[in-house]
Amino acid sequence: MTRLTPNDLSALRDQLRAAEAKTFVSVGMSTCGIAAGATPVFKTLQELVAARNLPGVVVRQVGCAGMCSREPLVEVRVPGQPSVMYGNVNPELAEKIIESHLSGGVPVEECRIPSLEEMAVFPGDPEPDSVNRPLQTRIVMRNCGLINPDSMEEYIARDGYQALAKVVSGMSQDDVVSELEKSGLRGRGGAGFPTFMKWKFTKASKGDTHYIICNGDEGDPGAYMDRGILEADPHSVLEGLIIGGYVIGAEKGIFYIRAEYPLAVERIEKAIKQARAAGLLGKNILGTEFSFDCEVRLGAGAFVCGEETALIASVEGRRGTPRSRPPYPSQKGLWDKPTMINNVETLANVAQIILRGGDWFAKVGEGKSKGTKVFAVTGKVKYAGLMEIPMGTKLRDIVMKDGGGTSTGKPLKAIQTGGPAGGLIPESLLDTPVTYENLQQLGSMMGSGGMIVMDETDDAVELARFYLGFCVDESCGKCAPCRLGGRQMLTLLNKIADGKGTKADLEEVKKLARAMRTASLCGLGQAAPNPVMSALRYFEDEFTKRLVG
Amino acid sequence: MTSEMNMEEKKMIKATINGIEVEVAEGGSILDAARTVQIKIPTLCKHPDLDATGACGICVVRNKANGRMLRSCCTPLENGMDLLSEDAEIVEVRKTVLDLLLSRHPNECLTCARNQNCELQTLCADFGVRRETLPNIVPDLPKDDSTKCIVLDPRKCINCGRCVDVCQNMQDVWALSFLNRGIDTRMAPAGDISLAESPCVNCGQCSAHCPTGAIVEYEETDVVWEKLHDPETYCVAQIAPAVRVAIGEAFGQPIGTNMEGKMYAALRRMGFNAVFDTNFGADFTIMEESAEFVKRFTKGEGELPLITTCCPSWVDFMEKYHSDMIPHFSTCKSPHEMLGALAKTYYADKMGVDPKKIYMVSIMPCTAKKYEIRRCNDMSSSGCQDVDVSLTTREIARMFKQSSIDFVNIPDGEADSILGDYTGGGVIFGATGGVMEAALRNAVWMVTGKVPEKPEFEAVRGLEGIKECKIDLAGKEVRIAVAHGLKHVEEVLDKVRAAKTSGGELPYHFIEVMACPGGCVGGGGQPYGVTNELRSKRAAGLYKCDTECAQRTSSENAHVQKVYAEFLGEPLSEKAHHLLHTHYSTKRAYQR
Repeated sequence: MTRLTPNDLSALRDQLRAAEAKTFVSVGMSTCGIAAGATPVFKTLQELVAARNLPGVVVRQVGCAGMCSREPLVEVRVPGQPSVMYGNVNPELAEKIIESHLSGGVPVEECRIPSLEEMAVFPGDPEPDSVNRPLQTRIVMRNCGLINPDSMEEYIARDGYQALAKVVSGMSQDDVVSELEKSGLRGRGGAGFPTFMKWKFTKASKGDTHYIICNGDEGDPGAYMDRGILEADPHSVLEGLIIGGYVIGAEKGIFYIRAEYPLAVERIEKAIKQARAAGLLGKNILGTEFSFDCEVRLGAGAFVCGEETALIASVEGRRGTPRSRPPYPSQKGLWDKPTMINNVETLANVAQIILRGGDWFAKVGEGKSKGTKVFAVTGKVKYAGLMEIPMGTKLRDIVMKDGGGTSTGKPLKAIQTGGPAGGLIPESLLDTPVTYENLQQLGSMMGSGGMIVMDETDDAVELARFYLGFCVDESCGKCAPCRLGGRQMLTLLNKIADGKGTKADLEEVKKLARAMRTASLCGLGQAAPNPVMSALRYFEDEFTKRLVG
Repeated sequence: MTSEMNMEEKKMIKATINGIEVEVAEGGSILDAARTVQIKIPTLCKHPDLDATGACGICVVRNKANGRMLRSCCTPLENGMDLLSEDAEIVEVRKTVLDLLLSRHPNECLTCARNQNCELQTLCADFGVRRETLPNIVPDLPKDDSTKCIVLDPRKCINCGRCVDVCQNMQDVWALSFLNRGIDTRMAPAGDISLAESPCVNCGQCSAHCPTGAIVEYEETDVVWEKLHDPETYCVAQIAPAVRVAIGEAFGQPIGTNMEGKMYAALRRMGFNAVFDTNFGADFTIMEESAEFVKRFTKGEGELPLITTCCPSWVDFMEKYHSDMIPHFSTCKSPHEMLGALAKTYYADKMGVDPKKIYMVSIMPCTAKKYEIRRCNDMSSSGCQDVDVSLTTREIARMFKQSSIDFVNIPDGEADSILGDYTGGGVIFGATGGVMEAALRNAVWMVTGKVPEKPEFEAVRGLEGIKECKIDLAGKEVRIAVAHGLKHVEEVLDKVRAAKTSGGELPYHFIEVMACPGGCVGGGGQPYGVTNELRSKRAAGLYKCDTECAQRTSSENAHVQKVYAEFLGEPLSEKAHHLLHTHYSTKRAYQR
């Protein structure tokens, strides 16, 4: 591809859109789809379409649409007709889809599920009436399941890189920061720090060069939205990274992605190459003075490397352990240079905020929590998957509406949010609207957006033990409160779970929790007692009934 | 330094701790600030020599504005902070951290080398830790005494990280690291090999900085007791310069007090047949080394710059990491080895003692001397091993305590007159820059025939990591560098390499290197609690001793001249070469 200018980009978009009047048969081919058996489905569809010589029908791969429990997914999109989505498709059903839907024009009802348009509002869609409004709003996942992640053209056709063009051809760095400030976007990796402030601070830090890092070291048990986004729409994250690089004055960006995400790595690397070839990355981006390039670094799988300072140590080739802050990475980060670290989902929001304005973004959400959040809803839920929910949505709606209630049909007991740093929220409090502040007040947190659904047969003590065990395994070992406190707390918790604990043991658990929360060096250790403490807060009787003496 | 930087440095931060106003320069920690107003926040992992890592969590204080706790060691003071150093919860947290550390630490205080001298023990005593509340989870890990200099006992390690920081950053050796993660995290040589197979240079700075008994010297007092009570053995001792100004600390004496008279007396009472002074050996080293320097500098025979080799850790480091510099190395043995060789030849002959029966104990501030006495065959130039055992200051202090000697009050004794007299040039060996200063004094004498009018070369003194100066030697400029702390070596050597590669003017003619910061006064075998303040005070004790000497230049040592006249001939003679010099070879950093 030749190197583009902003005008070329718009012309290319319009040209690509005009060419879209074909019938697309799309198969979800991210890690989840492939694991569920999408490859033979894809192959069957390709072979049958070729054999039947169906004119104008294109079989293609797309990324994860987020409906994980219904993979493999096949979407049939005939020009001028509403899209039809099929779930749990196998090669036999694939054949039926070809026979009935594509050859005969009759959708196969037995495996038909709600389409993406029925499930979510997309940017630019007319705002639906409140009664019929779908639960989801897809800003971050606007392209997930709708485009081929390996095709930059498909991204461009859906306004891809228009935000970058807008930024480099007419916005100052401060303009971008101010748009972010208006949007109210906060970090989606867990802590919820206002994104504009991070950008502003790093931009203001003195240094001969600056770095931007995309944190793709997703590691919370049950959370996989970052993998989903990277695999389904890598260019959206890359575009956010390039814009971030422009704003803070970086020449170099890094994708730090855990090595256990090989497909995400493959797709982001392909996206980088495509962008570079098109002049969207590298020297003189879109024909302007702005030059910026990036590379992918793999994480070796330590959970703590998602922590900013440990991540930096890991990129520098050192043992991935955190250090105390300040100095913050925005002051002294990678190779001691000012460094901005943003989460995958955070960066995926940026282009839409630039294109549609901060005010547009801020209309979605509630209070200080603007926009949407992608939740990975798993556990005992009927429809597990990624759900992009406007902030302010009731927790119950997430589980009961798009989640379809419990998978067992038994009553809902609680949900766990925030991963190993979060906590339990009992059924009685599920009418709470999702915001950073509300979740924290309930003794949990937003975290990266994991949400594990529990029915009444689930045991709060076991859950506490599971999460604490995770933190004990993932402790880097640097600071004493986390290294030793976690291990000793787990020993006591095991004793209690086995019906051998005493009241004194439970008191000791609480004491250790206080010490870990206050005296651990990094967020991992400070938050490690949270699942235990929140289980105690709402389900203390499950602990006390097992005590002896 | 630019004026702008000075301006920045002057920016002061004001805050309140326990209601007391404090002020520190920007960037200063809460801990530093507290100390200025006599608030002594307890710490464990933090060492004054090292950057704070925040590993232990003992030093937490409360930010009253939001109730959150902060690590005082690594949190910079911010304007307007209102802090509290203690409340019930802070004390509980600190005690809990101690409980946790004890749960992974063997309950072996009574048999530990650090008993009554352990930072963890002291804190537990201060905090009234009275019972072990948590299950004991000490792993079954073996000791590593493979170096026979330093012993690692990973069971006692509390993972404070000081040794790793010292080894990697202060000393640039990179022998120690952390292995594994979580509860299995442990300090060990990288790759989990033995310390002897690692790049360790035995400097012992890890042991000097360890807060517990996880890293200690390889103890050899038992063998000395045996020899002292063996009628067939003729025990002799020698005392290194830096030991005399540090050992008093083990007996409650003010830092820097010169205890040499007490040591001479105590060693005799213990049963040593003769007591020598390594300062005498140092005067010999100077005679040989300054002759070597003058030969290279004035006659152009041999490579310049000349680099000193008194420090065995430095020698080992050079052989492992900088062996391209071997031609620059002085071939002189270190003072205690020279003295050992002379004791088992000249002295033995003079006294009519069979050298094989002489057992030479050298008392050193150093753990690497234990390695040096067997470094190569040159260390047995007398026909038997020249120095039989090397004890650290810490070990000899314990032996004095075991000997029913009232060490502080014993009347001062004298060293033997043969191999015991010394000049000021010999005693300053124990401080960084001391070897250089003594060599310069002697070089002046060699070139001009007169000892320098002003024997002090102030520019090579002090604790600056790299000291550079130019000296006029009979109208010729001598460029000098003094480095201490191995992290400073590379910068100096790289300048030399650059000049050699480019064919440009040499940056230096003479370089002194000591592995330990501060030189031997800060040695790895010295009493615990080393800080720069302590290093300075110990060094001041040596410089005071120097000024009190009648002779300040090694050539003025009449006994040294007598040994040359009666035995060796002259400096660099064939006999001197055989007994007082050595050679070097390239070594692999990893021995496996």
